[in-house]
Formats: sequence, structure tokens, C-alpha cells
Amino acid sequence: MIAFTAILKRDIILGLRQGGGAGAALAFMLSVLVLIPLALGPDQNLLRRLAPGIMWLALLLAVLLTSERIFQLDYEDGTLDALVGISLPLELVTLAKALAHWLAVGLPLAIIAPLLGILINIDTTALPILMLSMILGSLSLSLLASIGGAITAGLRRGGLLVALLILPLYVPVLVFGVSATSAETGPTGSFSSLLVQVAITMVSLVVQPWASAAALRAYFR
Amino acid sequence: MTLTATNLACERNGRTVFSNLSFTIRSGQCAELRGPNGAGKSSLLRVIAGLVPTAAGTLSCDIQHLHFIAHQDAMKSAMTVKENLLFWCDVLGGTDIATALNAFNLNGLENDPVQLLSAGQRRRLTLSRLFLAKRPLWLLDEPMTALDATTQELLRDHMRVHLRGGGMVLAATHGDLGVKPDQVIALGAMP
Repeated sequence: MIAFTAILKRDIILGLRQGGGAGAALAFMLSVLVLIPLALGPDQNLLRRLAPGIMWLALLLAVLLTSERIFQLDYEDGTLDALVGISLPLELVTLAKALAHWLAVGLPLAIIAPLLGILINIDTTALPILMLSMILGSLSLSLLASIGGAITAGLRRGGLLVALLILPLYVPVLVFGVSATSAETGPTGSFSSLLVQVAITMVSLVVQPWASAAALRAYFR
Repeated sequence: MTLTATNLACERNGRTVFSNLSFTIRSGQCAELRGPNGAGKSSLLRVIAGLVPTAAGTLSCDIQHLHFIAHQDAMKSAMTVKENLLFWCDVLGGTDIATALNAFNLNGLENDPVQLLSAGQRRRLTLSRLFLAKRPLWLLDEPMTALDATTQELLRDHMRVHLRGGGMVLAATHGDLGVKPDQVIALGAMP
């Protein structure tokens, strides 16, 4: 347990301190949301209608952007090799790293997102539900990103491959995330979509440790 | 505790690196691993460390009873010496980092970020992992690389003390280890 929290703590520190971590994700999301109104024009009603979808796309791509770093740096500097010989199973090592990615990248973005949403004239009554579904969704995004990150850990410039591997898995998160937050579905629609999101997160939580650890073991050979 | 390898074989990328390798290292013994480039020295160490599966043969060793110090330093440039050591201390189940800091004279450097360290200082930091938790078997891959004469002597002293205390050392080296090995494991060149 000490080892688990140590990995969690170290990865959060590194995510906040190193370039390409939380800062890069936030800068990416911000630039998308600043540029979208310029690209689509000043139609307030159009922006309001598109806002939840744009927010979700920005979050998803920001998480994807940072995913290849979850394991790559540790693989290159030998940290993963040394982490094999500890009492904590590799599965839990990968879970700690995925949770750290969520706490350093996904969760801050999900919390800041409603504020950034003002830039694209988001419906303020939808903000609490947007935040809730983004917090849930970002956890499953981070967990799934960690699988992709593990598969491409030993590849230089694996970013494109992560995108191709993980995007199909991101589709359900995106679909139900948007349907929970879009105004058309109403409160009852939001609730059932949120439940599906919980289910997706649970499944990712179960699958992620084994999938990531298996992918990393293949690299040790 | 002993490390026994029986008819060990290793395959990497479909190519047999070595096969039919048998040796025993007993408590208090030092073994030197020799062989030309590409003979499989690092591969053997990785097999013992549990990173590469054996293709054949058996190994009697628990990977939680060994320290594997490879070429890569496993230290984060963005964190300080102290933060790095505290991390490995927690992860390896150690109690404190004072012994590790003292072992290779890193005392004045604990608040320096690792990216400011020289190659030799980084190497000393990597080697100080040996002192974060007590583990009987030390697997060292070219341990003397980048170390100055004083530190090389320091490492030899540490190895002698470790061996006297019943520990085991398996070191891959081209140069002079400086500690009289109880046995030399020679790996031949592969075609």
C-alpha cells in the first residue's frame, strides 16, 4: 500500500512539474475552446447547442495527447524494470499510474471545464451535470489511455498508434458523456446516461490493470 | 540463501542468446560475469531479475530478494535526489534514506534536482538504491561505469562488506571488478 501511494504521489508530482503533462493538456483544451468560436462564427445559439459536444471533444483529445507519456518515460529510464522486483504486482503499479494520470490531468480538466465552457456560451443550468459526467468520464478516459500508453511504451513517437488503438474505446465514453450533458435529453436522459458512464468506468477499472501489465510484460522480453 | 541456475536458456527475439547454463552462487560469494559484447550478460541478469522469461531450465531465486542495477538509472530528472530516494525507499519497503545517502557521499546533493547531476553522480545515486532495502543478491551490470577511482574503491568496499554479511554479488564486467570473484561465469560469443 505504501508502494502504491508512493507511485501515485510521484506520478502526480511529475505530471504537474514536467512539460507535456497537466500543463500541456490544459493549454490544449484552452486553445480549442478559444479557437472554436472564431472558427464557427459569433452565432450564440449555435455555440450553445454545440457546447457540450465541443467540451467533451476537447477533454477527450487533451487526455489522449498526454497518454503516451504514462509509461514511456518510465520505460526509457529503467524505472519499470526496477518496479518489477517490488512486492506490489505490476497490475497495481499500472493502476497507480493510471489513477495518477487522472488526478493530474483528467480531474483538473473536468473541474475547470465548466469555467472554460463560458467561452463557448454553454448553458449554465447544465454545468453541474457536465462537471459530474466529465469527472466520471475522465476517469475512464485515463484508465483506457493507460492501456494505450502501455501498448506503445517502448515505441518512439507512439502517439499516432495510441490514438488509433484507443479512439474506438473512447467512442462509448464520448457518446454517453455528450448525451448526459446535452440539453435535449432532459433530466431523466441525463440520469440513465450517467449510469452507463458509471458502468463504463467500472469495466475500465477492472480491465485496465491486466491489459496494461500484460502489454508491459511483452516489452520486457 | 543460494542462487542456482540449472540448464538455463534464454531466447530473445527468436534467437538463442545462451543455453545450458548452470551455476550456483552461495551466500557470501561473488561471481563475475564475463563475455564479449552481445554474449548475453545483460540478458542473463534480466532473466534472473524476472524481466525476461526463461526459455528452458530453472532458477531458484525470488525476485524480491535481489537488487538489479542496470545501465539506466531509474531516477527522474525533474525531482530532487531526496525525492527520488524517498520514492524508491517507499516502493522497495525500506525504512529510511540516511544509509543510502551516506553510502556514496550524496549528503550535500540531496536537494539538487537530478538533471543537474553529472554522469558519475547519477551513477552514485543509482547505486545507492542498493542501500534502501536490505536484499541478499546484488545484480550489477557494469557497475564501475562513469565512476571515479575513489567511488570505485568505495563500491568495492561496499561489495566486500555485503559479501562478508552473507550477501551475494553477480556482476557483469569487462574491466577489473577489484573484488576477487569466487567464480567466473563466461558466456561465449554467439554467431
